[in-house]
Amino acid sequence: MKKLINDPDHVVDEMLDGIAAAHADVIRRLPGWNVLVRKDAPMIGKVGLVSGGGSGHEPAHAGFIGENMLDAAVAGEVFTSPAPDQILEAIKAVDSGNGVLLIVKNYSGDVMNFDMAAEMAAAEGIDTEQVVVKDDVAVENEEDRRGVAGTILVHKIVGTAVEEGLNLQEAAELAHQVSGSMKSMGVSLQPSTVPASGKPGFTLAEDEMELGTGIHGEPGMERKKLKSADAITEELLEKVMAELEVSSGDETAVLVNGQGSTPLMELYIMYRKAEEILTENNISVKKAMVGEYMTSLEMAGCSFTLLKLDSTLNKYLP
Amino acid sequence: MEITSAEIKRWLFMANEKMQYNKDYLSELDQAIGDGDHGHNMARGFQETVESLKDDNEEDMGAVMKSAAMTLISKVGGASGPLYGTAFLKASDEWKGKQVVTAGEFAKGIEAAVEGIKTRGKAERGGKTLLDVWIPVLEYVQNQELVPTELTKTAKEAMEGTADMTAKKGRASYYGEKSTSHLDPGAYSSYLLFEALAEAVTKEEEG
Repeated sequence: MKKLINDPDHVVDEMLDGIAAAHADVIRRLPGWNVLVRKDAPMIGKVGLVSGGGSGHEPAHAGFIGENMLDAAVAGEVFTSPAPDQILEAIKAVDSGNGVLLIVKNYSGDVMNFDMAAEMAAAEGIDTEQVVVKDDVAVENEEDRRGVAGTILVHKIVGTAVEEGLNLQEAAELAHQVSGSMKSMGVSLQPSTVPASGKPGFTLAEDEMELGTGIHGEPGMERKKLKSADAITEELLEKVMAELEVSSGDETAVLVNGQGSTPLMELYIMYRKAEEILTENNISVKKAMVGEYMTSLEMAGCSFTLLKLDSTLNKYLP
Repeated sequence: MEITSAEIKRWLFMANEKMQYNKDYLSELDQAIGDGDHGHNMARGFQETVESLKDDNEEDMGAVMKSAAMTLISKVGGASGPLYGTAFLKASDEWKGKQVVTAGEFAKGIEAAVEGIKTRGKAERGGKTLLDVWIPVLEYVQNQELVPTELTKTAKEAMEGTADMTAKKGRASYYGEKSTSHLDPGAYSSYLLFEALAEAVTKEEEG
């Protein structure tokens, strides 16, 4: 293991201090907690937005704190859900009396910890709603689908909407709508190494790729020989488009997400082909996002997220 | 057979020893069908649990279990924290205000714990989870006099049985059929927990 760290047990704590120090104009850390919040939280009159999960996915989620985005992000240990007491602190810090929407990725640990935090918040008189994002089409059964990079689009769209005055119920409905209107799928070329374990999460041969790997290295759909960027883009996008049931005339947002050690050069090569395919199918791209949004430490590879827009989503996606 | 709050405390201390000793093995099991941190998380959670109980003279079994539950919930993280934490919290409710419980009352606590795990994890028996150890143990303590060696045997056989199951819950479920033939890490840590319980009540008898 070759990493720029001091102690595997301190990576999350030291990272959070670093984020808070570097972005002190926007973010502050709740003392003693693994929670980062908007500097001016709670925002009076606004529904609070809280997300979080295991660390190792930076910039998710703390990097999305700010105006028109999240009010707080809760960081667990690397690839491990944060505990309910941490989530509760985040909820308390951002609630201005208008309630708090929790944006959760569909992993059993995250779901249970956020559920418990919501119960604890209710006991303290704070209203919460939850949206569990399940955008990863690599998992067949829809209820078991993992939450991956598409989660960022929920932050973005609902973040803008609550800033414009949506109440908690409306925000939750919108979040469910966004979540239900997008699908994602990725490809990985190299595994990541969790600092505390020191060993790669899986192994791939030099000439091998895995389609549909999860953001913690969970196994994907299949492994095969590495192909060209264009061929991989075709294969991923074909699956995503079929699952999303997009058709001629639809308008979309596209997110090409780097998993951690894949250069932007390669992400743009993938995007180039994606837009070509969409155009061929008479599907327009209103917004393209290419970069690292939901990484998996130093995993190599990328994922595509396709969001089908309608007039409601369009209104809140600048 | 009765179980005292001193035995419950000894149970937690012995469980911690086992989690520390088996930390790497639990993580190794988790590496095969999960994300490889189960041993690390359980060791951290139980270490903190005994730290907070060490200088505590609490004799109310419910209060001891509740304190352990809250520590596990906040320190284990992942999926295991809420599951073990909820189990302990539900048992604590049953044993509230008692310094000693009868075998029947003890079984009631385990029953409440099992119900808690089922609700929290939306899981059932046979899904290759910790429930596949907890439910056989529950049936044992409900139906038979608690004999430590028999308790260990029940938990061990149940844990070994998870190797024949296909995971339906949690990260292991993404492995589908490939999860079969591996032991479930949560079932293994639950086996360690009940082995610790058997040893904790054995020591009392010897003393």
